[in-house]
Amino acid sequence: MQLRLRDVTKKFGDFTANDRVDLTVEPHQIHCLLGENGAGKSTLMNVLYGLYEPTSGTVEIDGEPVAFSGPGDAMAAGIGMVHQHFMLIPVFTVAENVALGHESTRGASLDLATTRARIREISQRYGFAVDPDAVVEDLPVGVQQRVEIIKALVRDAEVLILDEPTAVLTPRETDELLAIMRQLRDGGTSIVFISHKLREVRAVSDVITVIRRGRVVGRVGPETSTDELAALMVGRDVSLTVDKTPALATGAALEVRDLTVVGDNGVVLLDGVDFDVAPGEILAVAGVQGNGQTELTRALVGLEERVTGSVRLDGHELTGLRTRDVLARGVGFVPEDRSTDGLVGSFSVAENLVLDRCHERSFAAGPSLRLGAIAQHAGSEVAEYDIRAGSVDSPVATLSGGNQQKVVIARELGRPLKLFVASQPTRGVDVGSIEFIHERIVAERDKGTAVLIVSTELDEVYALADRIAVFFHGRLMGIVGPDTPREALGRMMAGEPAESVLPAAPWDHAGDDDAAAPGTLSGGTDRGTTNPLPPTAAPPTPSEPTSPTGRTAPADRHEGNPTA
Amino acid sequence: MSTTASQPTSHAPAPRGPAPDADLATSAANRAVGVRTYRPAIGLGILALVSFLVFALHTSAREVQFRFSETGDAVRLPDMEVAAAPFGWVVTAVLAALAVAAGVRARALPRWAMVLAGLAFVAGFLVWIVGTAQTPSISLTALLAGSVALATPLVFGSLGGLLCERSGVVNIAIEAQLLFGAFSAAVAATVSGSPWVGLLAAVLGSVLVSVVLALFAIRYRVNQVIVGVVLNVLVSGLTGFLFATVLQPSAELFNSPPRLPHVRIPLLAEIPVVGPVLFDQSVIGYLMYATVAVVWFALYRTRWGLRTRAVGEHPKAADTLGVPVNALRVRNVLLGGAVAGLGGAFYTLVSVSAFTRDMTAGSGYIALAALIFGRWNPVGALLASLLFGFASNLESILSFLDTPVPSQFLAMLPYVVTILAVAGLVGRSRGPAASGEPYVKE
Amino acid sequence: MSATTAPAGADQVSAPPPTELAAGEHRRTLLGSTVQSVLAVVVALVLGGLLIAVTDEKVRDAAGYFFARPGDTLSAMWTAASSAYVAMFHGAVYNPSGATFADRIYPFTETLTVATPLILAGLGVALAFRAGLFNIGAQGQILVGATLAAWVGFSWHLPAGIHLIAVVAAGALGGAVWGGIVGLVKARTGAHEVILTIMLNYVALNLVAWLLTLPSFQREGSSNPISPAVDGTAMFPKLLGEHFRLHWGFALAVLATVAVAWLLHRSTVGFELRAVGANPRAARTAGISVTRGFVVVMLLAGLLAGLAGTAQVSGTEHSLTAGVAASFGFDAITVALLGRSTPWGTFFAGILYGAFRAGGVTMQSMTGTNIDIVLVVQSLIVLFVALPPLFTFAVRRSRASTHSQEAA
Repeated sequence: MQLRLRDVTKKFGDFTANDRVDLTVEPHQIHCLLGENGAGKSTLMNVLYGLYEPTSGTVEIDGEPVAFSGPGDAMAAGIGMVHQHFMLIPVFTVAENVALGHESTRGASLDLATTRARIREISQRYGFAVDPDAVVEDLPVGVQQRVEIIKALVRDAEVLILDEPTAVLTPRETDELLAIMRQLRDGGTSIVFISHKLREVRAVSDVITVIRRGRVVGRVGPETSTDELAALMVGRDVSLTVDKTPALATGAALEVRDLTVVGDNGVVLLDGVDFDVAPGEILAVAGVQGNGQTELTRALVGLEERVTGSVRLDGHELTGLRTRDVLARGVGFVPEDRSTDGLVGSFSVAENLVLDRCHERSFAAGPSLRLGAIAQHAGSEVAEYDIRAGSVDSPVATLSGGNQQKVVIARELGRPLKLFVASQPTRGVDVGSIEFIHERIVAERDKGTAVLIVSTELDEVYALADRIAVFFHGRLMGIVGPDTPREALGRMMAGEPAESVLPAAPWDHAGDDDAAAPGTLSGGTDRGTTNPLPPTAAPPTPSEPTSPTGRTAPADRHEGNPTA
Repeated sequence: MSTTASQPTSHAPAPRGPAPDADLATSAANRAVGVRTYRPAIGLGILALVSFLVFALHTSAREVQFRFSETGDAVRLPDMEVAAAPFGWVVTAVLAALAVAAGVRARALPRWAMVLAGLAFVAGFLVWIVGTAQTPSISLTALLAGSVALATPLVFGSLGGLLCERSGVVNIAIEAQLLFGAFSAAVAATVSGSPWVGLLAAVLGSVLVSVVLALFAIRYRVNQVIVGVVLNVLVSGLTGFLFATVLQPSAELFNSPPRLPHVRIPLLAEIPVVGPVLFDQSVIGYLMYATVAVVWFALYRTRWGLRTRAVGEHPKAADTLGVPVNALRVRNVLLGGAVAGLGGAFYTLVSVSAFTRDMTAGSGYIALAALIFGRWNPVGALLASLLFGFASNLESILSFLDTPVPSQFLAMLPYVVTILAVAGLVGRSRGPAASGEPYVKE
Repeated sequence: MSATTAPAGADQVSAPPPTELAAGEHRRTLLGSTVQSVLAVVVALVLGGLLIAVTDEKVRDAAGYFFARPGDTLSAMWTAASSAYVAMFHGAVYNPSGATFADRIYPFTETLTVATPLILAGLGVALAFRAGLFNIGAQGQILVGATLAAWVGFSWHLPAGIHLIAVVAAGALGGAVWGGIVGLVKARTGAHEVILTIMLNYVALNLVAWLLTLPSFQREGSSNPISPAVDGTAMFPKLLGEHFRLHWGFALAVLATVAVAWLLHRSTVGFELRAVGANPRAARTAGISVTRGFVVVMLLAGLLAGLAGTAQVSGTEHSLTAGVAASFGFDAITVALLGRSTPWGTFFAGILYGAFRAGGVTMQSMTGTNIDIVLVVQSLIVLFVALPPLFTFAVRRSRASTHSQEAA
């Protein structure tokens, strides 16, 4: 079956998400839709899948225009979709999830046996190893994704849309998924693969359509070089540079020892982690989402419930303290998701700027707020951080993503800090704001603040890091230097410890030591204060051919040559 | 830049990880440890303590008599005598053992153990409270039959609520549905002269309340709790006004409904205890058991049920699979109204012969409690309703037996156990995940 | 790669419109909400009037020959509804047939008297709303507050002044405890406050019913469920002299409104409570204890409802019965909703509903219209206030049909 989007335009109010997009998916083809976050890929697919109605233009199947009034119609027409956020019901079994909306019945009653048989059959054909009677919430993410694929296959989907399917996968799981995609294509299913990751796109696609700001800007083959793809996707040569001198770090401001976080369901989300961050140093944590980084940052500021181990800041224990007291000890915290965790949307900009500071002398007199001081503070922060808001009294939800993030950053950097923890500091932020935020973070480091950045974007990690830590399934795989090749980081993200990836990892003393000799835990803590720390004292520069300053975000250029 | 569509070219072989193994995703999961919770142990411990202090120590060391049959019954069974104090000790021992087990395991006990604890406590309570009476003798048959009768509207109310909540709509308006059902049944049955027309009217009246609930909560996404609370006030005011203005002045025209027939099934009704409880009931009583069975089967064994549960848990997922979320919710809210209406009819067509102002007297809230205590499960709702019916029947029986225990404490029982249930002290009570959240399509 | 190099305009699909427009929108909704509230009251009164009209006996008689003389039916309907409402107005605002000025304004002071517990309990509900909690439990909190206030009022015999303070404090304490239980259980176990408050209402009701069976809570020589009258020193003094029932409890309600307004908008506690209500996750991340917020707000909400109970006991009823709370606790919810959970909105909504109640009594005695019509009108008002489309529908439609389509 041939699927075509003809001149599809989708507007949300004044915003045009898709602008006269023309796209043809041929049978037996993996068609990649490449574009940045927010370029309009997902909107387009939601149009294709019947979730959105196009403002103008048509969807055609084998040359015939079709009108989908909902996903049901799209599925009936042979289109299946695996959403970025899985559409699975956690308390249902695999079979119930697969049957839903496509139930076979025997008389009045539901016939799950047929569904189970279909699941087994499909599992067998593609080597999925999925138990139809397992409850979905107990399954790992990778398996849940296969359930999603099975859902589409059971409905005899001829076109399968995969929306950012690798965002939650390790590199190895990703490779497996790519193999499955090829297998499906060879079996006759066409696939629309939505991604912004160049390596994967080049590895698996037959055709690549590049979308930028809602428009198709290129239609190329997989042989196109990553440079060219990146240029198409971004529209200009990307250079992500932060002026930054090597860190002059000595000592350890933050000492984390055997930090463990257990989730509600008993899963160990962070598993005995040890590391130090020196004052005036940026430790960047890289890794695929969901490997314990979020929990690490939340545990540092006292937001996790089941925490064991020790976190010391300038020798003072932080675990067990309430979040308010942690923040009061000079910890700035930028949470991963600003709209749910960082800001109160209905509060004004001014109120958000003092959200965690309303008890401070300067903003409160006893139980009473000093509204004048709060407004004045807001005025100066808005000017300093160039926050574009109608007024400081506007609800913060009316600001753009970049400006909202600046509000959070301004609030957290606006007071004297000893430790700055930021999770995904520039997610969904425009380029101009990214540079600005990066500069502020480096400036904070240069003031002698210990900085911990968590980012899933390797470019950001390379741009900011003095050292890089990698997490996998809650465990620290090691801490390495800022010029560690992407390929090595990738292997660490897939679960290989640093020492097996690199000949020697001199960057991590605490973690390494403890990994080698777990018994010396207390010794490790002592040493943090007694030892002048030779390895971090002389960070990357000597051993490194190019200084971090000279690097130009070579993200996928490194990936140009496939790994061993 | 090239914009020509390129032919599918053979792609470079994918870079593979060192050891491709199909089960990587499952094998390399995070370590897991058990999460400890002492809540069940605390809950059971409290029950054991109450049992120890009250049932075992504070009892009047007498024989308590339970009568299985009355003079004149076709089949007579001997009465049962229970020694109050030793029984209190046994109950205490059972509860303490379960509490210790829960404490050692540091997590919830299996369901049978919690049911056992509940039964033991209820039995201990019954023996103790009858033991405090002047004449410690009680007819088990009358106790149970009365409980079933009192539970009937609760069962319908909680099933009606269940149909709404399982599809994601919180129904605080059960009270309004019962009351309006009772009102409609009384008027329609009087005017038409047929209780069956009254039954139908009860269903329609209650569905009307559901229509308003659905319109506001689903169509206009007004907060569901608000709509429910306000509907209760509205219906109370409306029926109160109409009762005073129309029904009371001309009761013979509008408010003297004929009753629904009482059906005694021959032979089966002669079985001691079971017979009078199960096989000697109003039509609505039989309908109750049928409704529980049908709702259970429909919810867990049919396509409708799968979709209903899906919509209550994760409406967006259901939507992406072509399940019309809001249409299904509307349908279920209306259906829930119909079921609750049957419970309303019970008041005016079975138990009392006329409508009076606010005659449901908060039963809708007890039905809500039963729904929660029964963990949003039809059978659980039935059992919880029976327990609450039992409590209120015991309350009225005890007033004849002259016990020192204030009846108000028995009346409180449903509410207190519900508080304990939602606080997790007597087992976890987790509702449908999306309950109360309107679904907005993007 | 992506986010670091994301172009401007990323993710803006879901981002709200630019600021200026939003500020205008804000103003419009504010205006709209006032208009809608007024509109809701009018529509509800019209519907209530229709109900009065169609159930009126004279109207039914006239309807018997409707096709012969339809005008009779219509005029009978008009007479029925308008005379009921006129009677209500006379009972609630101004009685033109009063002999003295005091007689003529007596109805309005009566309205304020009835409004006092409504305002106080309504503030409790509104405050909890602002912290994101549904306090359906004002009824129980009023009862427990009233019980404790009454007990201190009739069993402690303290000097004037001190006694009243003790009574007020006891009432506040009773309500605060009953509300605080909810906050504490929710904070500790995550149980939903709607269920907790509903259940606690009935627990309180049974508790009071039981207390009233005890000799220590009954009048001497009586076994009726009514407590002894509270001492004269435990009563609120009359605000406008003995001619009127209006008492200093109303001043307390005004004071409470001012206090809640200050608390919400000018205090650190209120700042935190509002943050908890608007986005509990962000509040928690900012170091604000959400669970503590739940406890604090439920304590305060219960305290306000407890004051409502005190106003009943020390202001108007002077003794404890199981019916001392009437249905004020449930009416308080509608009051808070009509007042959109703002302190002064709640204050005026409380006065409006007080007027309905006070006027309803007069109406029932003058025209024989059953007072339950007040409940109907009251609940209809809230339904219409909560109904977004009532006012905004027409405006939105004409402005941008595309928007509303997407929203639906």
